[in-house]
Amino acid sequence: MSLLEIRGLSKRFGGLLAVSNFDLGVEAGEIVGLIGPNGAGKTTVFHLIAGFHSPTSGEIRFKGASVIGAKPHVICRLGLTRTFQIVQPFAGLSVIENVMVGAFNRERDARAARQAAAEIVDFVGLGPRRDAPARSLTLSDRKRLEIARGLATRPDMLLLDEAMSGLNPTEIDEIVKLIRAIHARGVSLLIIEHVMQAIMALSHRLVVLHHGEKLAEGAPAEVARDRRVIEAYLGEEA
Amino acid sequence: MLALVALVALPPLLPKYHLEVLISIVFWAYLGIAWNILGGYAGQFSFGHAAYFGIGAYASTLLLLRAGLSPWLGMVLGGALAAAFGLFQGYLSFRYGLKGPYFSLVTLAFAEMLRVVAVNTKAVGSSLGLVVPTTQEAARLFIFAGKLPYYYIILVMGALALALTWKIERSRLGFSLAAVRENEDAAETAGVDALGTKLRAMALSSFLTALGGTFYAQYFAYIDPTITFGPSVSIGALLPAIVGGAGTVLGPVLGSFVLTPLSELTRSALRGRAGADIMLYGAVLVLVISFLPQGIMGFVRERRMRGRA
Repeated sequence: MSLLEIRGLSKRFGGLLAVSNFDLGVEAGEIVGLIGPNGAGKTTVFHLIAGFHSPTSGEIRFKGASVIGAKPHVICRLGLTRTFQIVQPFAGLSVIENVMVGAFNRERDARAARQAAAEIVDFVGLGPRRDAPARSLTLSDRKRLEIARGLATRPDMLLLDEAMSGLNPTEIDEIVKLIRAIHARGVSLLIIEHVMQAIMALSHRLVVLHHGEKLAEGAPAEVARDRRVIEAYLGEEA
Repeated sequence: MLALVALVALPPLLPKYHLEVLISIVFWAYLGIAWNILGGYAGQFSFGHAAYFGIGAYASTLLLLRAGLSPWLGMVLGGALAAAFGLFQGYLSFRYGLKGPYFSLVTLAFAEMLRVVAVNTKAVGSSLGLVVPTTQEAARLFIFAGKLPYYYIILVMGALALALTWKIERSRLGFSLAAVRENEDAAETAGVDALGTKLRAMALSSFLTALGGTFYAQYFAYIDPTITFGPSVSIGALLPAIVGGAGTVLGPVLGSFVLTPLSELTRSALRGRAGADIMLYGAVLVLVISFLPQGIMGFVRERRMRGRA
């Protein structure tokens, strides 16, 4: 049984079929990259998995149980959460308070939640900014905060939606290191990313989405050689 | 600390008028504290807290008049009734995603609806209202000869509500409330049940507000639909919180200590010029809101946070 199993997933918005008959399995301990041109339907897939939209048809199972119709907070408590492409910090709260919101899922007591949150704030490298208001953070730090808040819910699986977009090469390297460290904590990852070098290096497996359909799937090197993928996606830049 | 001692020890020495003003200050602070749980902490800007206030006032008074039930008990029943009404209203609004000004309008509409119903219902005294019998002093019936006992009652109510807010702020619920206020989608991904959190805030806030309604009925011994369900109560509940600092423990208290004496002062200073006091009061409000949009406490907190950043 896969940790996450998606079968025949479709989502229609009016006349637009954003995701069409999409299948995906993610095993425990895997890092899977989800790539594709803009508008391919990647973020819609995330919305569907995390419970922000209900699919038009298809099945999503996490740890064997269907999560169709479950609200995001229920799915989060099951052990699956996501980050947002456009970071959404609790702007008025401090860094540690942001992370504590997530930590309260596993800790009832405020002191325990603060302790767990502090550990994660240090882990993502925001230790020195712990008491700063979230609205004062740089984009790079906000991306870290977004990840930290997700991690604090102690997920078995984390969906990262473009955690590197808008960052400079040095910051990207740091996020890649952070993602590896998160994986080392035993968290499985499904990652949407446009920074090809990073996603190639990180992913055990790549899934290519194009016009809402799965175009290719396999080891990063294989996928990069796939002619259809080059035409549909990489070709645009070559 | 000194302020607290003064609040407990000084009032017996005050002349009657000053005691009345002080009761008024603590009373509006109390309603502000109650409003603050929903409006400040959960960020659901209610413009219709008069609904819960009126339910509390009418429930305890009707139970006293028709069934001889002690208002102390009626107070709790009224609170429960108001909480049930708040949950119903909140569920309807939140379930269908009403946010911001739309939610405010719905709360306003519900309060106005109750006012119109009360005006047109003979059984609750219609627009003439209800008189609470005060012929004899009876602690059991929430009736006292002087003003002082009322002062201590509302002081204790305020202190308890304040302690509750303080406790909530530091608890899991407090963090959930802040998360929902700041960003509902992000709150949900962090495992916060947004609907449940808002309903909890609604229940607590409406319950406490209703207790204030009973206090009002007993203190003034008279209620009518406009006084209890009218917009002035709704505004009176939200202003201290907003001016003092919505979503902070002490905000509503500070707000009431600024606003209530101000309104009393402008009223007595401009006696004889109808409306002038309200104009001055309004001007001060405009100034506060433009220069301290986060309220007095919000301003203090912001500065402190910036210091650490």
